[in-house]
Amino acid sequence: MMLTGAQIFVKVLLEQGVDTMFGYPGGAVLNLYDELYKAQDQLTHIMTAHEQGAAHAADGYARATGKTGVVLATSGPGATNLVTGIATAYMDSVPMVAFTGNVSTNLIGRDSFQEVYITGITMPITKHNFVVRRVEDLADTMREAFRIAQSGRKGPVLVDIPKDVTSDRAEYTPAAPVVPTPVKARYDLLAIKQAAEIINRAKRPVIYYGGGVHSDEGRTALNEFIHKADLPATHTLMAAGVLSYGDPMNLGLLGMHGSFTSNKVVDEADVVIAVGTRFSDRVALNTKTFAHNATIVQIDIDPAEVGKNVAVNYSLVGDASEILTAMLPHIQPAHHTEWWDQIHHWQAIDYHPTNHNDRLMPHQIIGTCCELAGPDAVYVTDVGQHQMWAAQYIRHVKNRGFLTSGGLGTMGFGYGAALGAQAAVGRDTPVVMMTGDGSFHMNLNEACTAVSYDLPVITVIFNNQVLGMVRQWQTTFYGKRYSSTDPHRATDYVKLAEGFGLKGYHCETLTEFRAAFEEALASKKPAWIECRIAKDEKVLPMIPAGGTIEDMIMS
Amino acid sequence: MNRHVISLLVDNHAGVLTRVSSLFGRRGFNIDSLTVSATNDPATSRITIVVHVDDDAELQQIILQTANLQESQQVFALDIPHSLLRELLLIKVCADVTNRTELKEIASIYKAKIIDLSPTSMVFELTGEPEKIDAFLSMLADYKIMEMCRTGITALERGNRHDHIQQQQA
Repeated sequence: MMLTGAQIFVKVLLEQGVDTMFGYPGGAVLNLYDELYKAQDQLTHIMTAHEQGAAHAADGYARATGKTGVVLATSGPGATNLVTGIATAYMDSVPMVAFTGNVSTNLIGRDSFQEVYITGITMPITKHNFVVRRVEDLADTMREAFRIAQSGRKGPVLVDIPKDVTSDRAEYTPAAPVVPTPVKARYDLLAIKQAAEIINRAKRPVIYYGGGVHSDEGRTALNEFIHKADLPATHTLMAAGVLSYGDPMNLGLLGMHGSFTSNKVVDEADVVIAVGTRFSDRVALNTKTFAHNATIVQIDIDPAEVGKNVAVNYSLVGDASEILTAMLPHIQPAHHTEWWDQIHHWQAIDYHPTNHNDRLMPHQIIGTCCELAGPDAVYVTDVGQHQMWAAQYIRHVKNRGFLTSGGLGTMGFGYGAALGAQAAVGRDTPVVMMTGDGSFHMNLNEACTAVSYDLPVITVIFNNQVLGMVRQWQTTFYGKRYSSTDPHRATDYVKLAEGFGLKGYHCETLTEFRAAFEEALASKKPAWIECRIAKDEKVLPMIPAGGTIEDMIMS
Repeated sequence: MNRHVISLLVDNHAGVLTRVSSLFGRRGFNIDSLTVSATNDPATSRITIVVHVDDDAELQQIILQTANLQESQQVFALDIPHSLLRELLLIKVCADVTNRTELKEIASIYKAKIIDLSPTSMVFELTGEPEKIDAFLSMLADYKIMEMCRTGITALERGNRHDHIQQQQA
């Protein structure tokens, strides 16, 4: 049937199984929005306060579900406002398709009103991008975008659609949802056996896993693998929540703010198995000394990750869950008793936060959140100290239950992402957004979106009145010269919340916090809870950038 | 630092060169020279890139990251001893009656063609391996060079290595 580009746009979204999307209208996308209006019973469009919030919402939606997040913005500033959100998704390999409007094809290249070369701008932060110059190409280009976003190492794809393409007509032929291109396995049975043999011979093994095992299959395969081989397991920020908190095999976070034990184990291990992780500079702080006593076996979906940051001895390229499952029969059940005795000794002398009754402590706030919101809740963070505390102290995390901007470290990620997650999981599953007063000021305007769409995100603000993480570095490395980190803001969070039409709480003790959180949870309405914490509360332990375990700061 | 020649077969799409050079810029890979040309398949272009790298790991990174581009069909480093590397040089030299003959002599030894002559200048064209062009240029170093350009290396492997790829596409 002959349809306009705008009609084809909506048809393809529906055919690809999109039922929720995020965006912000404007001149170049008026035709698209007109068709979205007509299709609103099949396709929910959530309009945010700012396009950046929409991009983070699509990202949060994708992280919480594993489905591809969809965001739509107009040309020019609409498109550029997506950039931080797209880069965030790119760094964390989140599947997303971003659509931007553009000026009509006859106006492209003439510096027309609200024209920007968004495909040029987003080239280094997308898996791929397209400009659709003919309406005949629209449907297949959109399908290709969904295929690329979901295939192999996932990531964002941008499709730029000039306005005349949305009004031109073309024949539309329905198609089935695209199937991701299968991951090419670049290993054989011999390689699997050889890798298993390295693990079987290990005396002091450790598995170090990252965001690449985030899927249900990845988690199950990892669990079976570590229990059979008796492997202590440590993880990156992106994999917080993949193994359950309290699992004795789980040593917790690795790297700059990882535990002493995790870092010590990797330092002294004779075999390190790296699964779905990229040896980033927040984990392999010093690439020369990282796991320097170990034979490193790397398992990753992206061949370009092998040896990118740290030289490895053995690599298997393919889907992590498939590789772990294939290796399992060749793994001999093991008991590394001596190694575990050593690890338990390190755990006993590791950093442990102290409880206080007279002031609010970050780990106690997080403990209370988890106790009250329960194991099914989705936790979202912004970026900074609170993010590290969350990664260290959060418990009950489920798969896809801890959403954080790891690679790009985007302050302001949280609110949009939390709204996207809430839209994905529905009103009955609590979504708790943890933020700092610094990050929160970046995108708190999305409070209006929470109210408009009645998305009951509970925002917990760790307010130390300073930019805590930067301050911590200034305290330790810059002689306490607090340059631009102590802004003396006078924001009244309770009044501001009320101004947006949601409920605000101010807490100075754990008892007050517990009462506020319980009330917010029961109300099923969006709420802010401001927690006053001390200015000089630190994230510990800490290894300075480029340092080794010898440089670890414990107090 | 070792020289390597990387051959990329890519989709013949608008913007594909920008993607490749953007990737090189972002990852901090230095390009010595780059040529783009058509192939026997109109849907495919060949990009030949010369790089200097410290070690094999760096070369592997360049190849693997480039192969990750959606429009990459095939990426490989040429086996230089078994490859044909060619470059084209155009050079305009100040020349008058006093030195025209000696310049012509140098050109004939290198089999460079004289493609333009004026009372005050000569233009030479030379095709060959980069080393031959370097040698020719060193002979011209004593003369006043007005303008020059080199195309950068374009290359193919000898014999039947990799040619199955193009046959499949043809």
